[in-house]
Amino acid sequence: MIVGEQKPIAEIKAIVKPYKKLLILGCGTCVKTCFAGGEDEVAVLASALRLSFKKDGKAIDIAEYTIERQCENEFIQEAAKVIAQNDSVLSLACGAGVQAIARRFAKIPVLPGVNTTFLGVLERQGFFTEECTGCGNCVLGIFGGICPITRCAKKLLNGPCGGSQKGYCEIKAETECAWHLIIDRSKSLGQLNNLTTYVPPKDWRSSNSGGPRRLVREDHII
Amino acid sequence: MKVKTPSKLEKILAAGHYAVTSEVGPPRGSDPENITKKAEMIKDYVDAINVTDNQTSVTRMCSLAACIRLKLMGLEPVLQMVTRDRNRIALQSDILGAASYDIHNILCLSGDHQSFGDCAQGQNVHDLDSMQLIQTARYMRDEGKFLGGGDIGRPPNMFVGAAANPFADPFEIRVPRLAKKVAAGVEFIQSQCIYNMEKFELWLKMSGDRGLLDNVYILAGVTPFKSAGMARYMKNRVPGIEVPDELVKRMADTPKEKQPEEGINICIEQIEHLKGVEGVHGFHVMAIEWEEMVPEIVERSGLYPRPTVE
Repeated sequence: MIVGEQKPIAEIKAIVKPYKKLLILGCGTCVKTCFAGGEDEVAVLASALRLSFKKDGKAIDIAEYTIERQCENEFIQEAAKVIAQNDSVLSLACGAGVQAIARRFAKIPVLPGVNTTFLGVLERQGFFTEECTGCGNCVLGIFGGICPITRCAKKLLNGPCGGSQKGYCEIKAETECAWHLIIDRSKSLGQLNNLTTYVPPKDWRSSNSGGPRRLVREDHII
Repeated sequence: MKVKTPSKLEKILAAGHYAVTSEVGPPRGSDPENITKKAEMIKDYVDAINVTDNQTSVTRMCSLAACIRLKLMGLEPVLQMVTRDRNRIALQSDILGAASYDIHNILCLSGDHQSFGDCAQGQNVHDLDSMQLIQTARYMRDEGKFLGGGDIGRPPNMFVGAAANPFADPFEIRVPRLAKKVAAGVEFIQSQCIYNMEKFELWLKMSGDRGLLDNVYILAGVTPFKSAGMARYMKNRVPGIEVPDELVKRMADTPKEKQPEEGINICIEQIEHLKGVEGVHGFHVMAIEWEEMVPEIVERSGLYPRPTVE
Protein backbone atom coordinates (compact mmCIF):
# COMPACT_ATOMS: atom_id res chain seq x y z
CA MET A 1 0.00 0.00 0.00
CA ILE A 2 0.95 3.65 -0.32
CA VAL A 3 1.84 5.00 3.10
CA GLY A 4 1.51 8.65 4.00
CA GLU A 5 1.57 10.89 7.01
CA GLN A 6 -0.49 14.00 7.58
CA LYS A 7 1.49 17.22 7.48
CA PRO A 8 1.87 19.16 10.74
CA ILE A 9 -1.10 21.43 11.41
CA ALA A 10 1.08 24.56 11.39
CA GLU A 11 2.26 23.76 7.86
CA ILE A 12 -1.29 23.02 6.71
CA LYS A 13 -2.50 26.31 8.20
CA ALA A 14 0.22 28.20 6.37
CA ILE A 15 -0.68 26.72 2.98
CA VAL A 16 -4.46 27.14 3.26
CA LYS A 17 -4.30 30.60 4.84
CA PRO A 18 -4.86 32.63 1.65
CA TYR A 19 -8.25 30.97 0.99
CA LYS A 20 -11.78 31.63 2.25
CA LYS A 21 -13.61 28.46 1.22
CA LEU A 22 -11.63 25.31 1.73
CA LEU A 23 -12.63 21.75 0.96
CA ILE A 24 -10.74 19.05 2.83
CA LEU A 25 -10.92 16.08 0.52
CA GLY A 26 -10.25 12.65 1.97
CA CYS A 27 -9.26 9.46 0.18
CA GLY A 28 -10.74 6.20 1.38
CA THR A 29 -8.13 3.62 0.38
CA CYS A 30 -4.38 3.64 1.18
CA VAL A 31 -4.14 6.81 3.28
CA LYS A 32 -7.23 5.74 5.20
CA THR A 33 -5.48 2.54 6.26
CA CYS A 34 -2.48 4.48 7.51
CA PHE A 35 -4.62 7.03 9.34
CA ALA A 36 -3.49 9.98 7.25
CA GLY A 37 -6.38 10.94 5.01
CA GLY A 38 -9.58 8.91 5.43
CA GLU A 39 -12.98 10.23 6.48
CA ASP A 40 -12.05 10.26 10.18
CA GLU A 41 -8.86 12.22 9.59
CA VAL A 42 -10.78 14.71 7.40
CA ALA A 43 -13.24 15.33 10.27
CA VAL A 44 -10.55 15.71 12.91
CA LEU A 45 -8.43 18.01 10.76
CA ALA A 46 -11.45 20.14 9.79
CA SER A 47 -12.38 20.66 13.46
CA ALA A 48 -8.81 21.47 14.41
CA LEU A 49 -8.46 24.01 11.60
CA ARG A 50 -11.81 25.68 12.33
CA LEU A 51 -10.88 26.05 15.97
CA SER A 52 -7.40 27.28 15.26
CA PHE A 53 -8.46 29.86 12.62
CA LYS A 54 -11.27 31.04 14.92
CA LYS A 55 -8.70 31.67 17.63
CA ASP A 56 -6.63 33.63 15.11
CA GLY A 57 -9.71 35.65 14.15
CA LYS A 58 -9.62 34.46 10.54
CA ALA A 59 -12.89 33.69 8.77
CA ILE A 60 -12.72 30.54 6.68
CA ASP A 61 -15.38 28.09 5.53
CA ILE A 62 -14.21 24.53 5.77
CA ALA A 63 -16.13 21.77 4.03
CA GLU A 64 -15.45 18.03 4.27
CA TYR A 65 -15.80 15.28 1.71
CA THR A 66 -14.22 11.88 1.17
CA ILE A 67 -14.17 9.72 -1.93
CA GLU A 68 -13.05 6.13 -2.34
CA ARG A 69 -9.94 6.92 -4.37
CA GLN A 70 -8.61 10.23 -5.59
CA CYS A 71 -6.51 8.47 -8.24
CA GLU A 72 -9.51 7.29 -10.27
CA ASN A 73 -11.66 9.53 -12.40
CA GLU A 74 -14.82 7.60 -11.60
CA PHE A 75 -14.55 8.59 -7.95
CA ILE A 76 -13.16 12.07 -8.63
CA GLN A 77 -16.32 12.94 -10.55
CA GLU A 78 -18.34 12.21 -7.41
CA ALA A 79 -16.54 15.14 -5.79
CA ALA A 80 -16.72 17.51 -8.76
CA LYS A 81 -19.75 19.39 -7.50
CA VAL A 82 -18.44 20.02 -4.00
CA ILE A 83 -14.99 20.94 -5.35
CA ALA A 84 -16.58 23.57 -7.61
CA GLN A 85 -18.33 25.13 -4.59
CA ASN A 86 -15.00 25.99 -2.94
CA ASP A 87 -12.05 28.21 -3.80
CA SER A 88 -9.42 25.69 -2.70
CA VAL A 89 -8.95 21.99 -2.00
CA LEU A 90 -6.73 20.43 0.61
CA SER A 91 -6.27 16.87 -0.57
CA LEU A 92 -5.43 14.24 2.01
CA ALA A 93 -4.53 11.72 -0.68
CA CYS A 94 -1.06 10.61 -1.72
CA GLY A 95 0.83 12.73 -4.24
CA ALA A 96 -0.82 10.85 -7.11
CA GLY A 97 -4.28 11.73 -5.78
CA VAL A 98 -3.40 15.39 -5.34
CA GLN A 99 -2.24 15.61 -8.95
CA ALA A 100 -5.18 13.67 -10.33
CA ILE A 101 -7.53 16.17 -8.70
CA ALA A 102 -5.44 19.21 -9.65
CA ARG A 103 -5.32 18.45 -13.36
CA ARG A 104 -9.10 18.24 -13.55
CA PHE A 105 -9.81 21.60 -11.91
CA ALA A 106 -7.83 24.28 -13.70
CA LYS A 107 -9.12 27.24 -11.66
CA ILE A 108 -8.96 25.74 -8.18
CA PRO A 109 -5.71 25.35 -6.24
CA VAL A 110 -5.29 21.80 -4.96
CA LEU A 111 -2.95 21.63 -1.98
CA PRO A 112 -1.27 18.63 -0.33
CA GLY A 113 -2.21 17.83 3.27
CA VAL A 114 -0.24 14.59 3.43
CA ASN A 115 3.39 13.68 2.95
CA THR A 116 3.50 10.55 0.84
CA THR A 117 6.22 8.49 2.41
CA PHE A 118 6.59 5.08 0.82
CA LEU A 119 5.22 1.85 -0.61
CA GLY A 120 4.98 -0.32 2.41
CA VAL A 121 3.48 -2.93 4.60
CA LEU A 122 1.23 -2.63 7.63
CA GLU A 123 3.45 -4.72 9.84
CA ARG A 124 1.16 -4.38 12.84
CA GLN A 125 -1.43 -1.85 14.00
CA GLY A 126 0.11 1.60 13.64
CA PHE A 127 3.47 0.35 12.34
CA PHE A 128 4.39 0.56 8.67
CA THR A 129 7.59 -0.40 6.90
CA GLU A 130 8.97 0.58 3.51
CA GLU A 131 9.40 -2.38 1.20
CA CYS A 132 9.28 -1.32 -2.44
CA THR A 133 10.69 1.48 -4.59
CA GLY A 134 8.69 0.63 -7.69
CA CYS A 135 11.87 0.25 -9.77
CA GLY A 136 9.92 -1.42 -12.53
CA ASN A 137 12.01 -4.57 -12.72
CA CYS A 138 11.56 -6.76 -9.67
CA VAL A 139 14.63 -8.60 -8.41
CA LEU A 140 13.16 -10.08 -5.24
CA GLY A 141 13.56 -13.58 -6.69
CA ILE A 142 17.35 -13.52 -6.35
CA PHE A 143 17.44 -11.88 -2.93
CA GLY A 144 15.30 -14.27 -0.95
CA GLY A 145 12.28 -11.99 -1.14
CA ILE A 146 13.96 -8.97 0.49
CA CYS A 147 14.57 -5.85 -1.62
CA PRO A 148 18.07 -4.41 -1.27
CA ILE A 149 17.21 -1.48 -3.53
CA THR A 150 14.61 -0.25 -1.08
CA ARG A 151 15.83 -1.60 2.21
CA CYS A 152 19.59 -1.09 1.98
CA ALA A 153 20.56 2.56 2.54
CA LYS A 154 23.16 2.20 -0.22
CA LYS A 155 20.96 0.18 -2.60
CA LEU A 156 23.74 -2.44 -2.77
CA LEU A 157 23.03 -5.27 -5.19
CA ASN A 158 26.20 -7.03 -4.11
CA GLY A 159 26.12 -6.35 -0.40
CA PRO A 160 26.50 -6.25 2.48
CA CYS A 161 28.72 -3.26 3.20
CA GLY A 162 31.12 -3.35 6.11
CA GLY A 163 29.09 -1.32 8.52
CA SER A 164 26.17 -3.35 9.85
CA GLN A 165 26.22 -4.27 13.49
CA LYS A 166 24.47 -7.28 14.93
CA GLY A 167 21.98 -7.24 12.11
CA TYR A 168 21.22 -3.53 12.19
CA CYS A 169 22.15 -0.77 9.77
CA GLU A 170 24.93 1.59 10.80
CA ILE A 171 22.94 4.64 9.82
CA LYS A 172 19.92 3.95 12.04
CA ALA A 173 20.05 1.67 15.03
CA GLU A 174 16.41 0.59 14.63
CA THR A 175 16.71 -0.32 10.94
CA GLU A 176 17.39 -3.95 10.15
CA CYS A 177 20.25 -4.49 7.72
CA ALA A 178 18.57 -5.69 4.52
CA TRP A 179 21.61 -7.74 3.64
CA HIS A 180 21.61 -9.43 7.00
CA LEU A 181 18.00 -10.40 6.35
CA ILE A 182 18.86 -11.55 2.81
CA ILE A 183 21.69 -13.72 4.14
CA ASP A 184 19.57 -15.24 6.92
CA ARG A 185 16.70 -15.95 4.60
CA SER A 186 18.92 -17.35 1.84
CA LYS A 187 20.46 -19.61 4.47
CA SER A 188 17.10 -20.90 5.63
CA LEU A 189 16.10 -21.49 2.00
CA GLY A 190 19.39 -23.34 1.44
CA GLN A 191 20.34 -20.73 -1.16
CA LEU A 192 23.30 -18.99 0.49
CA ASN A 193 25.47 -19.82 -2.51
CA ASN A 194 23.21 -17.65 -4.69
CA LEU A 195 24.82 -14.70 -3.02
CA THR A 196 28.23 -15.44 -4.51
CA THR A 197 26.83 -14.74 -7.96
CA TYR A 198 27.80 -11.29 -9.21
CA VAL A 199 24.79 -9.09 -9.86
CA PRO A 200 25.50 -6.73 -12.79
CA PRO A 201 24.63 -3.02 -12.76
CA LYS A 202 20.90 -2.47 -12.78
CA ASP A 203 19.11 -1.13 -15.82
CA TRP A 204 17.38 1.85 -14.27
CA ARG A 205 15.40 2.72 -17.38
CA SER A 206 12.42 0.88 -15.96
CA SER A 207 12.56 3.15 -12.90
CA ASN A 208 11.79 6.82 -12.54
CA SER A 209 15.32 7.53 -13.83
CA GLY A 210 13.92 6.76 -17.27
CA GLY A 211 11.46 9.62 -16.81
CA PRO A 212 7.84 9.38 -15.66
CA ARG A 213 6.39 6.00 -16.53
CA ARG A 214 3.17 4.95 -18.18
CA LEU A 215 1.46 1.63 -18.30
CA VAL A 216 -0.82 0.90 -21.22
CA ARG A 217 -3.01 -2.19 -21.12
CA GLU A 218 -4.42 -2.38 -24.62
CA ASP A 219 -6.52 -5.38 -23.66
CA HIS A 220 -8.38 -3.27 -21.13
CA ILE A 221 -8.87 -0.13 -23.16
CA ILE A 222 -12.46 0.24 -24.24
CA MET B 1 50.63 -13.71 -10.51
CA LYS B 2 51.47 -12.14 -13.85
CA VAL B 3 51.91 -8.37 -14.03
CA LYS B 4 49.17 -6.84 -16.18
CA THR B 5 49.56 -3.10 -15.68
CA PRO B 6 52.35 -0.53 -15.34
CA SER B 7 51.44 -0.15 -11.64
CA LYS B 8 54.49 -0.04 -9.39
CA LEU B 9 52.39 -1.48 -6.60
CA GLU B 10 51.50 -4.47 -8.72
CA LYS B 11 55.12 -5.02 -9.74
CA ILE B 12 56.30 -4.99 -6.15
CA LEU B 13 53.65 -7.50 -5.15
CA ALA B 14 54.34 -9.70 -8.15
CA ALA B 15 58.06 -9.69 -7.31
CA GLY B 16 57.17 -11.19 -3.96
CA HIS B 17 58.07 -8.21 -1.81
CA TYR B 18 55.88 -7.06 1.03
CA ALA B 19 54.17 -3.98 -0.35
CA VAL B 20 53.62 -0.94 1.84
CA THR B 21 50.90 1.59 1.18
CA SER B 22 49.57 4.43 3.22
CA GLU B 23 47.05 7.16 2.67
CA VAL B 24 46.53 10.87 2.67
CA GLY B 25 43.19 12.56 3.12
CA PRO B 26 42.64 15.64 0.94
CA PRO B 27 41.96 18.91 2.74
CA ARG B 28 38.73 20.77 3.41
CA GLY B 29 40.00 23.45 1.09
CA SER B 30 41.97 23.99 -2.08
CA ASP B 31 45.51 24.40 -0.75
CA PRO B 32 47.63 21.91 -2.69
CA GLU B 33 50.42 22.07 -0.12
CA ASN B 34 48.26 20.22 2.33
CA ILE B 35 48.50 17.16 0.11
CA THR B 36 52.05 17.58 -1.11
CA LYS B 37 53.45 18.08 2.41
CA LYS B 38 51.82 14.92 3.73
CA ALA B 39 53.06 13.03 0.69
CA GLU B 40 56.61 14.35 1.13
CA MET B 41 56.59 13.06 4.67
CA ILE B 42 55.86 9.45 3.71
CA LYS B 43 56.95 9.09 0.08
CA ASP B 44 60.22 7.24 0.66
CA TYR B 45 58.61 4.75 3.02
CA VAL B 46 55.69 3.53 0.96
CA ASP B 47 55.20 2.10 -2.53
CA ALA B 48 51.90 3.81 -3.20
CA ILE B 49 49.72 6.40 -1.54
CA ASN B 50 45.94 6.09 -1.35
CA VAL B 51 43.98 9.28 -1.68
CA THR B 52 40.65 9.05 0.06
CA ASP B 53 37.44 10.11 -1.66
CA ASN B 54 35.42 12.44 0.58
CA GLN B 55 35.95 10.07 3.47
CA THR B 56 33.27 9.84 6.14
CA SER B 57 31.09 11.73 3.63
CA VAL B 58 32.66 15.05 4.53
CA THR B 59 33.18 17.31 1.50
CA ARG B 60 36.84 17.70 0.60
CA MET B 61 39.14 18.35 -2.34
CA CYS B 62 38.44 15.61 -4.87
CA SER B 63 40.51 12.47 -4.83
CA LEU B 64 41.31 12.69 -8.51
CA ALA B 65 42.84 16.19 -8.32
CA ALA B 66 44.85 15.20 -5.25
CA CYS B 67 46.05 12.05 -7.04
CA ILE B 68 47.20 14.19 -9.96
CA ARG B 69 49.20 16.33 -7.50
CA LEU B 70 50.95 13.17 -6.28
CA LYS B 71 51.53 11.94 -9.79
CA LEU B 72 53.12 15.27 -10.73
CA MET B 73 55.49 14.77 -7.78
CA GLY B 74 56.55 11.48 -9.37
CA LEU B 75 54.71 9.39 -6.79
CA GLU B 76 52.38 6.42 -7.16
CA PRO B 77 48.82 7.28 -6.18
CA VAL B 78 45.96 4.88 -5.51
CA LEU B 79 42.76 6.60 -6.61
CA GLN B 80 40.02 5.80 -4.14
CA MET B 81 36.59 6.01 -5.73
CA VAL B 82 33.30 5.66 -3.92
CA THR B 83 30.04 4.92 -5.66
CA ARG B 84 28.07 7.19 -3.34
CA ASP B 85 28.44 10.43 -5.27
CA ARG B 86 28.68 9.62 -8.96
CA ASN B 87 26.71 7.59 -11.45
CA ARG B 88 28.25 5.27 -14.02
CA ILE B 89 28.85 8.12 -16.47
CA ALA B 90 30.82 10.15 -13.92
CA LEU B 91 32.72 7.13 -12.56
CA GLN B 92 33.87 6.03 -16.01
CA SER B 93 34.68 9.62 -16.90
CA ASP B 94 36.84 10.07 -13.79
CA ILE B 95 38.61 6.78 -14.48
CA LEU B 96 39.53 8.15 -17.90
CA GLY B 97 40.63 11.44 -16.36
CA ALA B 98 42.90 9.52 -13.99
CA ALA B 99 44.16 7.36 -16.83
CA SER B 100 45.08 10.46 -18.81
CA TYR B 101 47.60 11.20 -16.04
CA ASP B 102 48.74 7.57 -16.00
CA ILE B 103 47.34 6.89 -12.58
CA HIS B 104 47.69 3.14 -12.41
CA ASN B 105 45.85 2.10 -9.24
CA ILE B 106 42.23 2.34 -8.25
CA LEU B 107 40.46 1.29 -5.07
CA CYS B 108 36.75 0.64 -5.53
CA LEU B 109 34.52 1.40 -2.55
CA SER B 110 30.88 2.08 -1.84
CA GLY B 111 31.71 4.89 0.65
CA ASP B 112 30.27 5.87 3.98
CA HIS B 113 26.62 6.84 4.02
CA GLN B 114 26.07 10.56 3.57
CA SER B 115 24.23 10.82 6.88
CA PHE B 116 27.63 10.69 8.63
CA GLY B 117 28.98 13.70 6.81
CA ASP B 118 28.48 17.41 6.32
CA CYS B 119 25.75 17.05 3.70
CA ALA B 120 23.36 14.71 5.45
CA GLN B 121 20.51 16.34 3.51
CA GLY B 122 21.98 15.20 0.19
CA GLN B 123 20.98 12.28 -1.99
CA ASN B 124 23.28 9.37 -2.59
CA VAL B 125 23.73 7.82 -6.01
CA HIS B 126 24.87 4.20 -5.77
CA ASP B 127 24.06 3.62 -9.42
CA LEU B 128 26.84 1.03 -9.20
CA ASP B 129 28.07 -0.68 -6.06
CA SER B 130 31.72 -1.36 -5.24
CA MET B 131 31.53 -4.83 -6.79
CA GLN B 132 30.21 -3.39 -10.03
CA LEU B 133 32.85 -0.64 -10.00
CA ILE B 134 35.56 -3.33 -9.78
CA GLN B 135 34.00 -5.06 -12.74
CA THR B 136 33.70 -1.75 -14.61
CA ALA B 137 37.36 -0.83 -14.09
CA ARG B 138 38.44 -4.27 -15.27
CA TYR B 139 36.12 -4.19 -18.26
CA MET B 140 37.36 -0.76 -19.31
CA ARG B 141 40.95 -1.97 -19.02
CA ASP B 142 40.71 -5.51 -20.36
CA GLU B 143 38.11 -5.07 -23.07
CA GLY B 144 38.89 -1.43 -23.84
CA LYS B 145 35.18 -0.71 -23.74
CA PHE B 146 32.72 1.45 -21.88
CA LEU B 147 29.86 -0.16 -19.99
CA GLY B 148 27.67 1.10 -22.80
CA GLY B 149 29.66 -1.00 -25.27
CA GLY B 150 31.58 1.72 -27.11
CA ASP B 151 35.33 1.51 -27.69
CA ILE B 152 37.65 3.51 -25.47
CA GLY B 153 40.48 5.34 -27.19
CA ARG B 154 43.57 4.58 -25.03
CA PRO B 155 41.86 2.48 -22.35
CA PRO B 156 42.77 2.94 -18.69
CA ASN B 157 45.51 0.65 -17.41
CA MET B 158 44.80 0.29 -13.72
CA PHE B 159 45.61 -2.26 -11.07
CA VAL B 160 42.21 -2.77 -9.48
CA GLY B 161 41.73 -2.95 -5.74
CA ALA B 162 38.99 -2.99 -3.16
CA ALA B 163 38.53 -3.10 0.56
CA ALA B 164 37.56 -6.06 2.69
CA ASN B 165 36.42 -6.08 6.25
CA PRO B 166 36.70 -9.47 7.96
CA PHE B 167 35.27 -7.94 11.14
CA ALA B 168 31.92 -6.77 9.84
CA ASP B 169 28.72 -8.67 10.41
CA PRO B 170 27.86 -11.36 9.54
CA PHE B 171 31.22 -13.13 9.55
CA GLU B 172 29.98 -16.09 7.50
CA ILE B 173 29.48 -13.89 4.42
CA ARG B 174 32.94 -12.34 4.56
CA VAL B 175 34.77 -15.08 2.65
CA PRO B 176 32.00 -15.56 0.05
CA ARG B 177 32.05 -11.78 -0.37
CA LEU B 178 35.79 -11.81 -1.05
CA ALA B 179 35.15 -14.63 -3.52
CA LYS B 180 32.65 -12.43 -5.27
CA LYS B 181 35.09 -9.52 -5.44
CA VAL B 182 37.76 -11.81 -6.87
CA ALA B 183 35.29 -13.09 -9.44
CA ALA B 184 34.40 -9.50 -10.32
CA GLY B 185 38.08 -8.92 -11.03
CA VAL B 186 39.68 -7.43 -7.96
CA GLU B 187 43.47 -7.81 -7.92
CA PHE B 188 44.44 -6.42 -4.53
CA ILE B 189 42.66 -5.93 -1.23
CA GLN B 190 43.40 -3.43 1.49
CA SER B 191 41.78 -4.71 4.65
CA GLN B 192 40.01 -2.82 7.38
CA CYS B 193 42.23 -1.97 10.41
CA ILE B 194 43.15 -5.23 12.08
CA TYR B 195 43.28 -5.51 15.85
CA ASN B 196 41.68 -8.93 16.28
CA MET B 197 44.48 -11.03 14.80
CA GLU B 198 42.74 -14.35 15.36
CA LYS B 199 39.69 -13.38 13.38
CA PHE B 200 41.78 -11.91 10.58
CA GLU B 201 43.85 -15.07 10.37
CA LEU B 202 40.73 -17.23 10.36
CA TRP B 203 39.30 -15.17 7.49
CA LEU B 204 42.58 -15.45 5.62
CA LYS B 205 42.78 -19.20 6.17
CA MET B 206 39.21 -19.71 4.99
CA SER B 207 39.95 -17.52 1.96
CA GLY B 208 43.06 -19.57 1.26
CA ASP B 209 41.16 -22.84 1.61
CA ARG B 210 38.76 -21.55 -1.01
CA GLY B 211 41.67 -20.86 -3.35
CA LEU B 212 41.10 -17.12 -3.37
CA LEU B 213 44.58 -16.11 -2.33
CA ASP B 214 46.06 -17.42 -5.56
CA ASN B 215 44.20 -14.69 -7.37
CA VAL B 216 44.39 -11.64 -5.13
CA TYR B 217 47.02 -9.86 -3.06
CA ILE B 218 46.03 -9.05 0.51
CA LEU B 219 47.42 -5.93 2.16
CA ALA B 220 46.77 -6.02 5.89
CA GLY B 221 45.43 -2.75 7.24
CA VAL B 222 46.97 -1.36 10.43
CA THR B 223 46.20 1.81 12.34
CA PRO B 224 48.23 2.91 15.37
CA PHE B 225 46.38 4.16 18.42
CA LYS B 226 47.33 7.69 19.40
CA SER B 227 45.82 7.33 22.85
CA ALA B 228 43.74 5.07 25.08
CA GLY B 229 40.77 7.27 24.20
CA MET B 230 41.20 6.45 20.53
CA ALA B 231 41.41 2.74 21.29
CA ARG B 232 38.14 2.96 23.22
CA TYR B 233 36.52 5.02 20.48
CA MET B 234 37.55 2.51 17.81
CA LYS B 235 36.23 -0.30 19.95
CA ASN B 236 32.90 1.22 20.87
CA ARG B 237 31.99 3.73 18.23
CA VAL B 238 33.31 2.68 14.84
CA PRO B 239 31.08 0.14 13.10
CA GLY B 240 32.95 -2.82 11.67
CA ILE B 241 36.08 -2.47 13.80
CA GLU B 242 36.95 -4.98 16.51
CA VAL B 243 39.42 -4.03 19.22
CA PRO B 244 40.18 -6.74 21.80
CA ASP B 245 39.87 -5.67 25.44
CA GLU B 246 43.51 -6.45 26.17
CA LEU B 247 44.64 -3.84 23.65
CA VAL B 248 42.40 -1.19 25.18
CA LYS B 249 43.71 -2.17 28.60
CA ARG B 250 47.31 -2.06 27.46
CA MET B 251 46.80 1.50 26.18
CA ALA B 252 44.86 2.55 29.28
CA ASP B 253 47.53 1.12 31.60
CA THR B 254 50.18 3.22 29.89
CA PRO B 255 50.82 6.71 31.32
CA LYS B 256 49.20 9.32 29.11
CA GLU B 257 52.44 10.84 27.84
CA LYS B 258 53.71 7.40 26.80
CA GLN B 259 50.50 6.34 25.06
CA PRO B 260 51.44 7.53 21.53
CA GLU B 261 54.69 5.57 21.77
CA GLU B 262 52.83 2.51 23.01
CA GLY B 263 50.36 2.82 20.12
CA ILE B 264 53.26 2.77 17.67
CA ASN B 265 54.81 -0.22 19.48
CA ILE B 266 51.56 -2.15 19.20
CA CYS B 267 51.29 -1.32 15.50
CA ILE B 268 54.84 -2.54 14.85
CA GLU B 269 54.19 -5.74 16.81
CA GLN B 270 51.10 -6.30 14.69
CA ILE B 271 53.07 -5.91 11.47
CA GLU B 272 55.80 -8.23 12.75
CA HIS B 273 53.17 -10.79 13.66
CA LEU B 274 51.33 -10.48 10.35
CA LYS B 275 54.56 -10.97 8.43
CA GLY B 276 54.47 -14.55 9.61
CA VAL B 277 50.92 -15.12 8.42
CA GLU B 278 50.48 -16.94 5.14
CA GLY B 279 48.54 -14.93 2.60
CA VAL B 280 49.63 -11.49 3.78
CA HIS B 281 51.31 -9.73 0.87
CA GLY B 282 51.82 -6.32 2.34
CA PHE B 283 50.62 -3.62 4.67
CA HIS B 284 48.33 -0.67 4.39
CA VAL B 285 49.36 1.74 7.13
CA MET B 286 46.51 4.09 7.98
CA ALA B 287 47.97 6.56 10.45
CA ILE B 288 44.90 8.74 10.74
CA GLU B 289 45.96 12.40 10.98
CA TRP B 290 49.32 11.06 12.12
CA GLU B 291 51.12 10.62 8.81
CA GLU B 292 54.41 11.75 10.33
CA MET B 293 54.65 8.43 12.17
CA VAL B 294 54.52 6.31 8.99
CA PRO B 295 58.31 6.44 8.41
CA GLU B 296 59.04 5.23 11.94
CA ILE B 297 56.48 2.43 11.72
CA VAL B 298 57.84 1.25 8.37
CA GLU B 299 61.47 1.52 9.46
CA ARG B 300 61.06 -0.23 12.78
CA SER B 301 58.99 -3.00 11.15
CA GLY B 302 61.95 -3.86 8.95
CA LEU B 303 60.13 -2.73 5.82
CA TYR B 304 62.64 -0.02 4.93
CA PRO B 305 64.22 0.66 2.50
CA ARG B 306 61.50 0.05 -0.04
CA PRO B 307 62.42 -2.15 -2.98
CA THR B 308 62.85 -0.78 -6.46
CA VAL B 309 61.26 -2.42 -9.47
CA GLU B 310 61.67 -1.90 -13.20
